[in-house]
Amino acid sequence: MRTTHAPGSVMARNARARVRGRRRRWFAEVSWKYVVAAVVVVYAAFPLVYVLSASLAAGGTLTGSTSLFRSVSAENYQALDATRFWQWAGNSLVVATATAIGSVLMGAAAAYAFSRFRFSGRRTGLTTLLIIQMFPQMLAFVAIFLLLLSLGEVIPVLGLNSKLALIAVYLGGALGSNTLLMYGFFNSVPRELDEAAKIDGASHSQIYWTIILRLVTPILAVVGLLSFISTFGEFILARVILTSESNWTLAVGMYGWVSDQLNANWGLFAAGAVLAALPVLMLFLFLQKYIVGGLTAGSVKG
Amino acid sequence: MSTQQSFAAAVAGDSPPPPRRARESHARSWNGLGVGFLAKLGLMAVINALGLAAVWSAFVNGAWVLLGAMVVLLVLADWIYFTRRHVPLKYLFPGLTFLAVFQLFTIGYTGYVALTNYGTGHNVSQEQAVDALLSQNEKKVPDSPSFPLTIVRQGDALGFAVVQGGAAKVGAADQPLELAADATVVDSVVTAVPGWEVVPKGQVLSDAVLADEVLALRVPLTDEAQDGSIRTGDATIGAVYRSVLTYDATAQTMTNTETGVVYRATDEGRFVADDGTALPVGWKVFVGLENFGTAFTDDTYSGPLVKIVLWTFVFALASVVVSFFFGLVLALLYNDPRVRGRAVLRTLFILPYAFPAFLSALLWRGMLNANPDYGIVNQLFFFGARIEWLDDPTLAKISLVMVNLWLSYPYWFLVCTGALQSLPDDVQEAARIDGAGPWRTFRSITLPLLLVSTAPLLIASFAFNFNNFTLIYMLTGGGPRFTDTSATLGHTDILISMVYQISGVSGGRADYGLASALSLIIFVVIGVISALMFRRTRQLEEVN
Repeated sequence: MRTTHAPGSVMARNARARVRGRRRRWFAEVSWKYVVAAVVVVYAAFPLVYVLSASLAAGGTLTGSTSLFRSVSAENYQALDATRFWQWAGNSLVVATATAIGSVLMGAAAAYAFSRFRFSGRRTGLTTLLIIQMFPQMLAFVAIFLLLLSLGEVIPVLGLNSKLALIAVYLGGALGSNTLLMYGFFNSVPRELDEAAKIDGASHSQIYWTIILRLVTPILAVVGLLSFISTFGEFILARVILTSESNWTLAVGMYGWVSDQLNANWGLFAAGAVLAALPVLMLFLFLQKYIVGGLTAGSVKG
Repeated sequence: MSTQQSFAAAVAGDSPPPPRRARESHARSWNGLGVGFLAKLGLMAVINALGLAAVWSAFVNGAWVLLGAMVVLLVLADWIYFTRRHVPLKYLFPGLTFLAVFQLFTIGYTGYVALTNYGTGHNVSQEQAVDALLSQNEKKVPDSPSFPLTIVRQGDALGFAVVQGGAAKVGAADQPLELAADATVVDSVVTAVPGWEVVPKGQVLSDAVLADEVLALRVPLTDEAQDGSIRTGDATIGAVYRSVLTYDATAQTMTNTETGVVYRATDEGRFVADDGTALPVGWKVFVGLENFGTAFTDDTYSGPLVKIVLWTFVFALASVVVSFFFGLVLALLYNDPRVRGRAVLRTLFILPYAFPAFLSALLWRGMLNANPDYGIVNQLFFFGARIEWLDDPTLAKISLVMVNLWLSYPYWFLVCTGALQSLPDDVQEAARIDGAGPWRTFRSITLPLLLVSTAPLLIASFAFNFNNFTLIYMLTGGGPRFTDTSATLGHTDILISMVYQISGVSGGRADYGLASALSLIIFVVIGVISALMFRRTRQLEEVN
């Protein structure tokens, strides 16, 4: 394909020939791809357009919203104020942000240790983490529930129905899922930098906080973001741990709105879904380059 | 366990100790380090304060295991952050602590609970079960003296103050009656007790909720449940109540003194009489592999279990294959420099992936509603036909895979696009020169190379979908229900949602033992999948 090594005149001739060939083949090989693309875009975007339409429909049910944008009103959005939506959104935000920050701090510290120090048990530790990350934490939700049940009798803030306990549980999974992702990135920072700093008299903690962390900021952002998004959508642990309605996260609360066939409030749900998804959607689309890199490096969306 | 090994190994250390220097170590030094050291000192002070508070609380509550664990963690933390050696541990300790408590311990605990009958009716130790039985079966002692009684309150806790044999006594539900020498007694009725607030009788009579609380209140006479308690029927006079059951600790029997029936403690953790009747409160006992037996042989569970295991595999496999295939086709089509606006197309293609998954699942639940007046899919694409997308066993399964396709094809589109772009051009060119057509090139060159680089992700995705609780629970909730079993399980339940139903953590009858046993089955499956993956990718050997 590449003709960069060829002499200029040959290159020009090749290019002209290719342009002619391209035009001839364009209709046969390319034009239909736009048609397919249009179909796929409709498939991908239809539910999202639909939820926007339903959120703007007047009246609380899906009746009348089976045709798109028949009516446009802010009724559903205003109705959210009478629910706990904003409280749940706040809870989700607090839990996801705290988990993201904690995961980044602990994962980065562990990655630094594995990348920069040579200690016995290092290989075993890395291998163990690799194996642990295969077992999602939520598989043990029964045991987590029972653990918090007895922990709560002694330390109420770490018992059931506490957001702090939920964050602590999420942080238990932080090392397994993030360390290896960060470890590779830490290794790509040249060791000469630390050695130079060490000769200048910097301690290991100064090297970590002032040199390494600044150089690995992109991976910190990716891990923080992925952790935020997956915590934001986590359901089973939040459902099991947070028992009172005022502590629910969006995932738990909004499930309640529509899980009951008879009392499902779809208008409210649609408005809430648009508001809840918008920040995540924006984050994802603007930072897709970074997120995609992190995703394909090993983790799957949770 | 292996982390503990690595932990111990890391603690032991293999590097030679640093040469002794005259000056104090960084870890304890005041000189020159300034802000960093002060920050560490402050942080450690806070951690120690919180830790000691937790240790004290564990001591007061008699939670010895927790106390031990907390002391160990606290001592370790102090040692690690104030020694100059074992620098890596300083960075690993916080993460390892959380990992050990909330992941490794819980996995081990799952194994333990799986061997017990922990669940509804078997929630507590035998001692607590005996106390509960004794206090639940109390009756007024026929010749009980009556005491003038005053309702008192300490914060939210209600209590009784009585005059017994001329002496004032006060107590609450979790605080046995004890002498209150400094109480004020007027006409043999307590009118004030220091530390308690007297609740006026009028308030009790006018407040129905409060009145119910008072009538239900039981103030034990002593620490022993057998000794009975004080209760009241009218909020003014108290009487002694004593259990109709008596417990004989050496013979392990409960005897009903009214009927004379003797209940014996059994291996199943219950008191059972000779005629087979059992007392309602049981206790937790070790049952060995019984839960696994129940899962595979009990009529209620074994039939559904087989179907659910099959469906779990089918669902995970179908989800991965279908969405990988669709993503791959899209990647092949649009990894074509001749198509313009690929950046825009890519953004539009991955929209479903950017939408939070739980919202998507709920949204599809609404869109697939069978009633065409509500469900837009039936209304718009099936001309208003009433197709039961989520209520017919087969259609519900197809719907799940299709919705999962919508959710996850963007991931495979992104992965395959990346993999295609990183394939070496020369191999494909060589194939073309050898006369291979596009299809042949794809079959023999592109696809095999692509599968090599995406295999680990495919296996990971299979493992993820194997436990895709959120999608199943949000879209169908496991329904439609099986009609041939009394268990609340359905045609689209997967193993993890079956565990959720049986565990009863969200209400209903709880069987933690059986639920844990089923979780262990999932652990085994995931373990096998991981082993396959590691063998396939040699990832373990690459760690360095």
